[in-house]
Formats: sequence, structure tokens, C-alpha cells
Amino acid sequence: MARSARRSAMALAASAVALGLLLSGCAGSASSAPAATTSQADIDKAMTTPTTITFWTSNKLQDEVDLFEKKYPAITVNLVDSGSGTDYYTKLRSAIKAGNGAPDVAQIEYHHMPSFILQGSLDDLTPYGAADVKDKFATFAWNQVATDKGIYGIPQDTGPLGLLYRNDIFAASNIKAPTTWDEFATDAAIIHAANPSQYIANISPSNASATMGLFWQAGAQPFSYDGDKTVSINLDSPEMVKVAEYWQKLVQAGTVSTDPDFTDQWYQGLASGRYASWVSAAWGPLFLQGTAADTAGKWTASTLPQWAAGENKSGSVGGSANAVISTTANPIPSAVFAEFLNSDPESTLTMGTKQFLFPAAKATLANPAFTDQPVEFFGGQKINELFSQISPTVNPDFQWLPFMDPVFDSYNATFGKALTDKTSLTDALTEWQKQVVDYATSQGFTVK
Amino acid sequence: MTTTAPRQVPAPTAGPEPALRVGPVRRRASRTRRQQNRAAYLFILPFFVFFVLMLVVPLVYSGYLSVFREQLIGGLSFVGLDNYSRALQDPEFLAGLGRVGLFLVVQVPIMLALALIFALVLDSGRLRFAGFVRLGIFLPYAIPGVIAALMWGYLYGQDFGPFAQIAQFFGLPAPQFLSSQWMLASIGNITTWSFVGYNMIIIFAALRAVPEELYEAATMDGAGAIRVAWSIKIPAVRPALMLTVIFSIIGSFQLFTEPQLLKTIAPTVIDGAYTPNLYAYTLAFSRNELNYAAAVSFLLGFLIMVISYVVQLSTQRKERSR
Repeated sequence: MARSARRSAMALAASAVALGLLLSGCAGSASSAPAATTSQADIDKAMTTPTTITFWTSNKLQDEVDLFEKKYPAITVNLVDSGSGTDYYTKLRSAIKAGNGAPDVAQIEYHHMPSFILQGSLDDLTPYGAADVKDKFATFAWNQVATDKGIYGIPQDTGPLGLLYRNDIFAASNIKAPTTWDEFATDAAIIHAANPSQYIANISPSNASATMGLFWQAGAQPFSYDGDKTVSINLDSPEMVKVAEYWQKLVQAGTVSTDPDFTDQWYQGLASGRYASWVSAAWGPLFLQGTAADTAGKWTASTLPQWAAGENKSGSVGGSANAVISTTANPIPSAVFAEFLNSDPESTLTMGTKQFLFPAAKATLANPAFTDQPVEFFGGQKINELFSQISPTVNPDFQWLPFMDPVFDSYNATFGKALTDKTSLTDALTEWQKQVVDYATSQGFTVK
Repeated sequence: MTTTAPRQVPAPTAGPEPALRVGPVRRRASRTRRQQNRAAYLFILPFFVFFVLMLVVPLVYSGYLSVFREQLIGGLSFVGLDNYSRALQDPEFLAGLGRVGLFLVVQVPIMLALALIFALVLDSGRLRFAGFVRLGIFLPYAIPGVIAALMWGYLYGQDFGPFAQIAQFFGLPAPQFLSSQWMLASIGNITTWSFVGYNMIIIFAALRAVPEELYEAATMDGAGAIRVAWSIKIPAVRPALMLTVIFSIIGSFQLFTEPQLLKTIAPTVIDGAYTPNLYAYTLAFSRNELNYAAAVSFLLGFLIMVISYVVQLSTQRKERSR
């Protein structure tokens, strides 16, 4: 049992890590994409011609597919449980390269989107009216799928960050949820002094994606990609250094732990109170209920501590979009399907309430049927409501590189290693920067 | 394979056939022989087809891959032996080689010495429950490497592993099995545990083939059990030992499963280039450098071949000079 839990957690971690896509987020980018529009008559004709399209996803979306097929009876969707993580992307890339066997529509995590865009593997959805649905999505999520050059996917789920904390441990030390990172540091010392085997939080040396969420919140923009041959890499920018120096103090003082996450030890730590809080994405609360079931009622969720009092900013970890694969013979039904699935109010509400995917669609984020659900594990707190309020505070300008796997690997060898060895985190940022720039150069990119 | 082989295993005789059959009968026999040969080729054909498809073709293909380079920007280009010269100067690759080299010279002698001792003890016939003991030592080999590494990962755990708990009980600091200083030793322990039984069985089988008369003669000459082991048994199992050495060299250089699985619990100790095989994997699946990965794999294979050959040659020479 422990093994299967670990495997699913690893898959989750991998998918969280994987997320990315790039797309750039330059403001106003989508509207400037100059693509020919497919006429409504063409779309109507395609949607009434009997067609089967294949959809690869690790989410159990049959309910939503049923809604689509009810609206478009001529289209049949072949829903395939594709698995997730590295194996999934290897399979998808191989099928695309081979020219057959690839799906028409696929789930792709945001942080992997740029690498598929780079390879020309995704269709620009602008001709099929994708620009019209832009305003239906949280801005930061839309910026993960749209670049200056086109719209390459429709956002599905997201991972805005909040703080989940053990109210019993906090109450025992007479502290409240920290509103600033300064308070968080003070509280960290109090909690660790009260019980040397407890830490206010853990910062993972192996989960670049999670740590990236902390940098994201602080306004760092370490990456950008122009959709062609130019990338910029700023892993040692002032915002990055600010975050690194902050955690350096806590690590040096020994008031936070630096355990690898999504391991047996880490699950144990969540369940046993070793970690008094967890900086978690919106998908974390549900995950926690499965991992630390015995601690029901002892958890409370709040917004992240802020860098300046009175601010309200967050980052994001995880989430994915549905993209139309360029090898498809049926681009119109595929694009319409991706749009419908992720923007139809009934479909997105079902995803939020039945499949527990935290929505990118604004309509669901504002829908009481979604936000008003009390969660017993959190003492009846309306978790969805809280994270729905966090969603608009996520910094919208974060982008990814078209090669996140080596960047994340390099995190372990540099920043992660410095966390474990308690050496300089700013030096580690410099080294991380160097490794990523070297890689980008060796792959032929122009580094700005 | 070695010069000692014919001494212990009586070579199969050619059989009575040629002596008995002469004249015209013989010609018919050769026709039969030809038919038999044809049938034999037919029988090995399936193997041969799979051998070519599954081994030769991939090998040639990766050799072909290794002389190209594909960049994310710029595409595929022929680079000749550039990937090889890059590998020879690649600090990550060389560090990994050094690591498995160290592993080889420390872990392999320990494991083979243990395997030899166990085999000799079992063969001495003085052990009670010999069958049970033999099975017990062999059992870890039957456990898949993945499971073994996961299990040891748990045992090594710094918070809830049994060793940590015992240390805690006595008020001692938990042993840091997964720290960078101890990691190689911890991996060595896992592989020793897994493979000592396998090597023991090979040596033990060779011991069973030693003719009893040798022991009788030695006993008659007044040799004790230790003396018999040293002067008769060990020289007799030399070829088998040699075999286990070669297997172990290959195994050490190809170390992959254990570090790959321990990586999840010690991600900052084991990086993507911890062993050459892990490095090739990282290059291919994370860094998008499939061609360079092919070159690294080829180079590693070549190195294993050279070292195995040198080891075998040097022992043969020693044998001859006796």
C-alpha cells in the first residue's frame, strides 16, 4: 500500500514538476496573433460530420466528454487514460514524431507547453475562435497557453498557492497564520524552540517546481521564450536572490527542514506534525486528506505570507491545458472540443466538483456551487472559496523555457544540494544560472 | 575459455561413429549429415532472427546515432567522432566512471570473497541444514533489484528506518547511510546482498565437479580441511571465479537500478551523472541529447570489454607462468 501511495505521489510530483509550458505571457499577446479565421460555416459543417477524435489525459473526464457528445452528437470522443509524468511525455513525443498514433487532443502541463510549441507539435487555435474564450480564464493560466504567435491550448486546471497549516500546533505556541514572511520566520523559530522535532515548513531540495512557486510569488521572472530561438534566463535576478537569502536564514537557523518531498519520510512528516505547515497548490488540500487522514480537523488553509505587509500575491504550482496535436486530421472538432470541455460552465463545474481539478475557468471560480462546499478535513472551511480568491492574485507574468526537464534536474544539483548541505543559496543560484545557460547555448538557443 | 578447463571436465569424446562406419555406408551418412545440418540451421533460425533484430540492429543503430548531434535549435548534423571526444573530456562522465571504478575495486572483492567462503563452507559437508542455508543465501538474488533497492531505501531511512530507531533507542545519532560520504558503501551493501548468492551458486557448482579422488589423495597425504580448500578447491574453481569476476566487472560498470531508486530519497546526493549508465539515461530522457547518450553508452561498453579482456588475459598469463 505504501508503495502504491508513493507511486501515485511520485506521479503527482512528476506532473507538478512537469507542468510547464511556456508561453509567454507577454501582455496582450493573444490578440495580436495574425491567423486566418475558419468560417463559422466550416465549423458548423465539421461539427455535424460524423467524426471520431482521440483525447489523451490522466484525468477521469467521461462526465464532461458526455456533455460534449450530447451537444455535438456527430462527434465521438475516444477518451484514453494516458498516464502521466515522464513516460507519458515520452509516449506522446514518440507518437508525434512517428507521424501516427498521436491523439487529436492531449493534456499537457503548462511547464511542458513551450517544448511542444518549439517542436511545432501543437496547432494554433486562433483560427477556431480561441481568442474569444480568453476572458473566461484566469489571466495567469491563459498566459501559460498563449504567446505572441498563437494560442496553443485551453487551460484546464491550475495550482494557485496557499498555506495549509496545523491549527493545533500553531495554537499550542499561541501563534496565528503568518501574514508576512517576516512573521513566518519569527513563528518558525517559536515552533522549533517549543519542539525541536517540529519545523514550521519544509523546503524541498528535489522539487524545483514547488520552490519555483515561491520565486513566482516574489515576482521573479527567471525565464522567457520568444517562441522561436531566443530565451532569457535570469535565475540570479534580485527577486530570486531575495527569496534565496530569506530561506538561507531559516535553513541556517535550522527552523525549517530540507527533506525531499513526495517520499515516505515526507508523507510521514505531514501526518506526524513534523511539518506544521505546507505551502501548497490548490490541489494540495485533497492530496493531504489522502496522505494524512488521521489529522482531520487539525488543518486550516490561508493565503501565503506576503513579502510586504498589505500585499496579496501568490504563485502557482502545477496545472495543465488541453492542446490540439498538429498531426490531427480533424483540427476543427478537436479545437471545439478543447474549448467546450474547458469553458462550458457545466463541464468546468463538473471538473471542479466531481474530478476535483482546481479550475482555470473564472465562471467556476465564482460559482457558489463550487466555492460554497465546506471541507470537513479542514474543520468545515470553504477551501475552494479561499483558493478561488487566491487565483486572481497569482502573478500573471511567469513563463517557462522550452526545456524544463534539464532545468529542474539542475535545480537538484545546485539549489537543492545547497539546501541539503546548508551552503550558500545565492552561490547556488549563480551555478544554476550557469548550468542552464550552458545547456541553452549547447542546444543552439540565443540567450538574451 | 581458460587453460584449466580441460583438466577438470573430461572433454567429450568424438563418439564411436567414425570407427564403426566405413565405406559406402559412410557416404550415405554424410548425406544424412548434410540433412541434419540443414535441419539444425532451421532450428537455430528463430534464435538468429531475434538475435539480429533485437541485438545487432539496435547496436548498429545506436552506433549510427552516436556520430550525429541533434540540437533543439538547428536540428541534426553529422559530427563524426565529436561525441566521443567530448565524452572523454566530460567531467560528469569521468566522475561517474571513477565512482564505479572505486565501487569495482572495493565491492567486488568483498562480494566474491564472501561468495567463495559460503561456497566452501557449504561444500565442506559439515553444515547442518545445508539446503536451507544455501537457499537462504541465494534468496536475495531472486528478489527483483527494484524491490531490493526500495526495501533497503526504507531500512536506511533516517527517521523511521530500523537502524535509525535502534540508534535512537540507545540515544545515538542516526547513521547517515544516505549521505554523500556513505552512499556508495550503502549501494555496495545492496548489491553484495543481492548477488552474493548468485556468485556462490556458480562457485559451488564448480566445486561439485571436482573429482572425489583428489580429496582422498590429499587426505592420504595428511592435508586438513583448510589445506584441501586452499590447495585443491580454490585452484579448481578458478575458471568459475574468473567468470564471476567478469560478470561483476560488467555489473559494476552498469550500475543503474540501485542509484536510480535511491535518487528519490537522496536527490541531492545522487545526481543524474552518478554512474555512467545513469548519465546516459539522463542525457537521453532529460537533456534531449540522445546522440551523445549513444556515444557514452558505446564508450562504456568498449571500456567494459577492454577491462574484462585485460583481467582475463592477465590471469591466464599467471596461470601459464606457473
